Amino acid sequence: MKVRILVSFKDSVLDPQGQTVKNALLTLGYGFVRDVRQGKVFELDLEGVSEDEARRLVPEIASKVLANPIIETFVWDILA
Amino acid sequence: MSAPDRTAMIDDRILKDHNLTRDEYKLIVKLVGRAPNPTELGLFSVMWSEHCGYKSSRVHLKKLPTKGPAVIQGPGENAGILDIGDGLAVVFKIESHNHPSFIEPYQGAATGVGGILRDIFTMGARPIAVMDSLRFGPPDQPRNRAIMEGVVSGIAGYGNSFGVPTVGGETSFDAGYAQNPLVNVFCLGLVRKDKIFYARAEGAGNAVLYVGAKTGRDGIHGATMASAEFGTETEHKRPNVQVGDPFKEKLLLEACLEAMGRGLIVGIQDMGAAGLACSTSEIAAKSGLGMDIDLDLVPQREAGMTPYEIMLSESQERMLMVARPGRVAEVQAIFAEWDLDAVVVGRVVEGGRLRVRFHGEEVIDLPVEAIVNLCPALRRPVAKPRPAKPAGKGAPIPPPDNYTKAFLKLLASPTIADKEWIFGQYDHMVQTNTVFLPGADAAVVRIKGSRRALAASLDGNSLHVRLDPRTGGAAAVAEACRNLACVGARPIGITNCLNFGNPEKPEVMGQFEAVIEGMAEACKVFAVPVTGGNVSFYNDTEGASINPTPVVGVVGLIEDVAQAVRPGFKAAGDIVVLLGETKDELGGSEYLRSIHGREDGPAPGLDLALEKRVQELCLEAVGLGLLRSAHDLSEGGLAVALAESCFHGLKDLGCVVELESELRPDALLFGESASRILVSVRPSALDRLLQLARDRKARAAAIGKVYGQSIVVGRAGFKLVDVTVREAHRAWKNAIPDLFKIHA
Amino acid sequence: MKFGVVVFPGSNCDADTLHALGDILGREAVYLWHKDHDLKGVDCVVLPGGFAHGDYLRSGAIARFSPLMREVGEHAARGGLVLGICNGFQVLLEMGLLPGAMLRNKNLKFLCRFVTVRVESEKTAFTRLARKGQVLRLPIAHFDGNYYAPPDVLDEVESNGRVVLRYCDDQGRLSEESNVNGSLRSIAGLVNAAGNVMGLMPHPERAVEDLLGGTDGRLILESLIGGRVP
Repeated sequence: MKVRILVSFKDSVLDPQGQTVKNALLTLGYGFVRDVRQGKVFELDLEGVSEDEARRLVPEIASKVLANPIIETFVWDILA
Repeated sequence: MSAPDRTAMIDDRILKDHNLTRDEYKLIVKLVGRAPNPTELGLFSVMWSEHCGYKSSRVHLKKLPTKGPAVIQGPGENAGILDIGDGLAVVFKIESHNHPSFIEPYQGAATGVGGILRDIFTMGARPIAVMDSLRFGPPDQPRNRAIMEGVVSGIAGYGNSFGVPTVGGETSFDAGYAQNPLVNVFCLGLVRKDKIFYARAEGAGNAVLYVGAKTGRDGIHGATMASAEFGTETEHKRPNVQVGDPFKEKLLLEACLEAMGRGLIVGIQDMGAAGLACSTSEIAAKSGLGMDIDLDLVPQREAGMTPYEIMLSESQERMLMVARPGRVAEVQAIFAEWDLDAVVVGRVVEGGRLRVRFHGEEVIDLPVEAIVNLCPALRRPVAKPRPAKPAGKGAPIPPPDNYTKAFLKLLASPTIADKEWIFGQYDHMVQTNTVFLPGADAAVVRIKGSRRALAASLDGNSLHVRLDPRTGGAAAVAEACRNLACVGARPIGITNCLNFGNPEKPEVMGQFEAVIEGMAEACKVFAVPVTGGNVSFYNDTEGASINPTPVVGVVGLIEDVAQAVRPGFKAAGDIVVLLGETKDELGGSEYLRSIHGREDGPAPGLDLALEKRVQELCLEAVGLGLLRSAHDLSEGGLAVALAESCFHGLKDLGCVVELESELRPDALLFGESASRILVSVRPSALDRLLQLARDRKARAAAIGKVYGQSIVVGRAGFKLVDVTVREAHRAWKNAIPDLFKIHA
Repeated sequence: MKFGVVVFPGSNCDADTLHALGDILGREAVYLWHKDHDLKGVDCVVLPGGFAHGDYLRSGAIARFSPLMREVGEHAARGGLVLGICNGFQVLLEMGLLPGAMLRNKNLKFLCRFVTVRVESEKTAFTRLARKGQVLRLPIAHFDGNYYAPPDVLDEVESNGRVVLRYCDDQGRLSEESNVNGSLRSIAGLVNAAGNVMGLMPHPERAVEDLLGGTDGRLILESLIGGRVP
C-alpha cells in the first residue's frame, strides 16, 4: 500500500520560504497568488499492513517523526 | 549484451556521439586487437576525452616545473603532495566544475566540492580547507544572479555539511561568463607522511571493494560533456548532472580514514569522472596488473541499468578500494558502523586486462594500459597571440571629473566590492584552525600542535591574460605568491586550473601555450613546483570563448603563526609605505572597465626579478616583525588597497597619503602595476624598512600615515580623494547585498 | 569534571569541542559514539555542532532516535549536565529536553560570522562566571537557528528566567538587525526548568583561543568547569 503524507508549517508559524516563493510569483506577474505555503511530501510504501492498521500507524509515524508538532502539521492519504 | 562486434565498420555519427576521431578509433582497434563493442567504445570515449585524457594540453603542460625537494607527489595522481616537515605532508589540488554549474548551479557546484574533497581524502589526507575561484556574468542581470546564488549555496550546502571550512577564494565578473560561469574549487588536506595512499593494487588475488553510495544513472557522460562546447540544446543535458550527498561523503571520509589508519587497505581511488571505468582501469594500470569485476555485485540504486551505465555512472560519494589480504571483513565492519556499503566486486589479477562480467557474460575485455595511458596527445594548431598595442596607442582616456566619485564607484564594482555576501554563507571556522577570516590576502590555517601555519591563495585576472597571455600567466603566479608574502608565508607549491575556450581554435591554443610558458617562467623564478591541476577546455557558448582564465592556487608555509600579518591598519600614527613602483599603466584595469567602460590594453608589465625582490623584502620585514599590516595591490590599484586596509583595520581608522609623481592621477590611484604591496609600520621601524628595501634593490616609499577617519589622497597639495572611511565602507560593503535586495 | 562529546554520523564540530575542552581547557574529554549505550561516566554530555544524519528531514530530527539518546535523556532526568551547541541545540529541541523548534534563518541563507549575545542570566551552571548583561562575542554557523515557540511557551520560559542568551548589538541592545536569524525574542540560548540542560546556537568551542579571534566562549565552558582556566 502506498501512502502520501504532506507536512507543512502550521498557520501560526511564519513560513519564510513560502513567503519568498510568493514574492517571486508576484514579481513575475502572478498577482492573483494570495498565499504560498511550502511543505514536504513523503511517500511511504507499506508492506503487510491493512488499511485499518495504516489509519492508526501513518498518523503515528507522521506526528512522531515526519512532522515536528511544534511548528508543523500534516495531512495524508492512501495512493494505492 | 551482445558479443564484441567484430566488424570494424563504424559510422561517423557514432564516432561523433563519442567525441572520438576516426584516427583515434583506428588506434583503439589496433590496441584492442579488434573492434570494441559498444560498452567498450563508451569506456574509451570517456577515458580518452579531453577531461580525462588531457589530450590537447599534455604537450604544453610538460613545460611546467614539477620537481622540488619537498615534492612527494607531482602531477598524475588525484592531487599533489608536499613534504612540510615534522612528519607531515600537505595534499592539494584545484578542479573545475564549470559546465555542470551552468546547467544546474546548486548541484553542479556542490558536486564540484564533493569531487575535490574525495581527491584529497582518497590519498589519506583529511581535508582542512576549501577555497573557490568563481566567475560569473555581471550581477545586475537576474539570470547571472540566479547562477551566482545557486553556485554559492551549492558550495555552502556541501562544504558546511561535510565539515570543511571554506576559508577564502576570489570572485570576479565579466560578460563572457554569463553563459559559462567558472567554478574552480581548491582543497587542501593534511596527512601524516606514513599514511599516504595511492591508487594501487599490489598483488593478484586482492579483493576489490566498492564502498559508499549506490550507483544510479547520474552524470552518464559528464566527462565528455565537460569536453564539448555548449550549444542551445544544453537544457537537455540536465539529467547528466549528478546530485551530491555531503552527509554520505562525510561518512565516507571517516570510514576511509579509519580503514587507512588501521592499515587494512593497499590502495584506493575515488570514483569521479567516468566512475567505475576510470577507477578500475587506473588502479590496475598504475600497478601493472589487471582486474576482474562482476557488475552484478555493484550496489545499484536503479533497476535495469546496462553495463555501459554502471561502468560510466558518475554517481557521487563512491570509492574503489583494494583490501589487504585477509582484511576484507574488518574493512566491511568499519563501513557498516558508518552505515555504508562495502562490497567485494572483483579481484586484482595478473595480465594487465580489465575484464568485466554482467549477468554471467563478459562485456568488457580491454588492456588497461590502452585505456589509461595510450590516449594520443594532440598537437593542435597554435596561433600566436597578437601582441597588445604599445602604451599610448589606444584612444585617450579622459580624466574623471571627480576622483572621489570614481573611487566610490570603483569600490562598489562587483569585482572589487566586499564578498561577505558570499563567504558569510560558508562555514569558514569549522575545525577551529582558521586564523584569518576570508578577505585577507591569503587564507591562513594553523596546524594544531605546532607553531606553524599553512597559507593559501587563489588568483587569476582573465582580462590581463586576454590582453597578454604570457605576461598574464606569469602575473597570476606572481600575484598568488605576493598574496602569500603579504601574510608572511613562503610559497611551497602550486596547483592550477586552466579554463580556456575550444582547443580546436588555434587562437585558444595560442593563448594556452603562452599562458603555460608565462607560468612556467614565473614558477622557476619563485622556485615553486606545480604539483597538479586541471584543464577545462570548451568554455564556449555558441562559438564565443571566455577570456582565457588560468587560476593559480598556491600553498605556503608560515613558520610562526603569531607573526602572520593582516591587511588592516592597526593604529593611528603608523606610517604607510608602498613597496614597489607605480607606472603609467591603466590598460586592463578595473578602473578602465568600471568607469570608462573599456577593456583595452596593454595589460601591466611584469619584471619577475623585481617581483621576487619585493616579495623577499616583504617576507623579511614580516620575519623581523616590522610590519603592522600588509596588503597586495591588485584590482583598483593603490586607492582600493588603501581603502581595504582601512576596512580591515580598527573601526573607522583612516589614512592620509601624499603622492609625489608626474604620472596622471588616475594611473597613480587606480592603475594596476604589478609587484606592489601596501604596508604600514610604526614610525620607529620606518628607517629599518627603507634600508632593507635599498639593500634588496626593491623600491619602498613612505607615502602617508594612518590617521583620522577619512581616506585622503593628495598630490602636490591637491586632494584627489577625500572621503570618510564610513562612506567608502558603505559603498564597498553594500554593493553586492543591494543587488540581491533590490531585485529579490 | 569529565566531558563526553557525542559523535553522531554527520557531527562535524566533535573534534573542535574535544580540542577546546581537552587540549585548551585541560579537562578530561572523551567521545561517545551514538550507537553505544555507554556514557563512560561523564559528568557533562556535550551534543556538538554539525549536521547529524545530514540534517535530513529536519535539523536534529533523526539524531534523537540514536541509541545513546536514551542514556542522555536519563542523564538529564537525573540532573546531569547536558550542553547542546548549534546542531546539538536542535537535537535537544527535537528530543523535547528544551521547548520550541528551529526554523530557517530569516534571510534563508546559511550564516557564518561572529555575533554578539547578551547574558540574560548568570544563575545557571553554564554562565555562572559571567555578569548579567555581559556582551559576548561568539561565532555562529547555521541555517536553522531562527528560534520559535508558541507564545505561552515563550512566556513561561521568560518568566522563569530560562532565556540565557539573546542576540544583541555590541552595546548589548536588542534590535531587528542584531537578531541575525530572526529568532523570537532574539533567543540565542536557553536552559530547561531544572537548569541542567542548555542549548545555544553560537559556538563557544570556536572562541577559546586568541589566535582564532576571541576567547569569550571560555566563559561558558569554564562556567561548567567551575572556574577560570589560565
